[in-house]
Amino acid sequence: MINIILLGFLAVVAIAVAMMRDLFAIVMLFGIYSLLTAGIFVSLDAVDVAFTEAAVGAGISTILILSTLALTSREEKQPTHSFLLPLLVVLVTGATLVYGTLDMPAFSDPEAPVHQHVAPHYLNQAEQETGVPNIVTAVLASYRSYDTMGEVTVIFTAGIAVLLLLSAFRHHEDEASNLNDLSHHPVLRYIARLMIPFILLFALYVQFHGDYGPGGGFQAGVIFAAGFILYGLVVGIDKTRQMFSESKLHWLMASGLLLYIGVGIVSLLLGGEFLNYNVFAADPLKGQHWGIFLVELGVGITVTATMISVFLAFSEVRRSE
Amino acid sequence: MSTFIDLYNYWIFIFLMMVGFYIVISQGNLVKKIIGLNIFQTAVFLLYISMGKVKGGTAPIIMAGDVSYSNPLPHVLILTAIVVGVATTALAMALIIRIRKAYGTIEEQDIHEQDASL
Repeated sequence: MINIILLGFLAVVAIAVAMMRDLFAIVMLFGIYSLLTAGIFVSLDAVDVAFTEAAVGAGISTILILSTLALTSREEKQPTHSFLLPLLVVLVTGATLVYGTLDMPAFSDPEAPVHQHVAPHYLNQAEQETGVPNIVTAVLASYRSYDTMGEVTVIFTAGIAVLLLLSAFRHHEDEASNLNDLSHHPVLRYIARLMIPFILLFALYVQFHGDYGPGGGFQAGVIFAAGFILYGLVVGIDKTRQMFSESKLHWLMASGLLLYIGVGIVSLLLGGEFLNYNVFAADPLKGQHWGIFLVELGVGITVTATMISVFLAFSEVRRSE
Repeated sequence: MSTFIDLYNYWIFIFLMMVGFYIVISQGNLVKKIIGLNIFQTAVFLLYISMGKVKGGTAPIIMAGDVSYSNPLPHVLILTAIVVGVATTALAMALIIRIRKAYGTIEEQDIHEQDASL
């Protein structure tokens, strides 16, 4: 029931985004859209995913799009061409997809093919094989750690690309940062300062408790970054810059990924396969514990450093030529 | 009617996906296009996660007793995809800022006109 209401809200918000012209309002609606999505993820049992979506969608990506708007323009121009052709394309595609769903297994059917292949193995064996009760963490950091290494590399590469694209337009020290405006609101400033220690503490908890409850490196990384971004917004970009110098952030971005790859290389040197943690200790479960801990730590470091340096890169772009 | 109850979830995701697709192909503003792409992406996430749902199941964190769990595999795939998604969105935004610096506009039509007049 909650699911249906949330899905209904989601559809309404999506239509509003399509209809509106004020980009600022659209970005705000998109934040709401992400938060609703996170709610639906919880009701579909995907707590780890909900965590990530709430921190990323409603937090970080909203801020990134807003700072892009501050550097470009707020209003969208009225398109001159007709809406009929795109509408037709969309309707035909949609109808084809609906036709495709007629062969899909019913929603939440336990007999669906997707639940028959590897999932039962993970659910029945993962705790014996990895010692981690949170199966999502076990699959992410142990069974499919190749995959995760690739994802971390993608995040690292995207971060580098953003820094390269924006570094040409960095403003000089004497110019004021354009996202600094919030520091004049005493209430916001005070409340945010009260909240930041708890956000950071929570991120640490999510990082190190991810084996036993929902959480892990990706979630902790984005929550950590969200805490520092909040700090940057209310206290000022320059203060944040003092905490994280450029070289320190770049070093952190790379070191998380290198830690991940290093864990794989050490496991090779100890005689196991790449990223096979069983060889780290005499007891395979202990080895798994160490491997998952280090890999998650690497993910957390790279995600945090990438998000913070992307945010700083956006907020330091000169407003005009 | 039973088809509707079995599949309405997927249909809503298709609807959301098509709204995102419509924004991408019909709107000229680059920021709005990226937001449309994000809506499209979220619809795919929702589709995956809802395929992992098992009736009467709970979050896949092992507890004592005889409990049925939802499928953890889609959760892993989408969890990483979300963080990769924000990284690529940031990249798109950085490109938009560069386009704005180069052309002075972020409307697709104006950019085409400037390119044509060269």
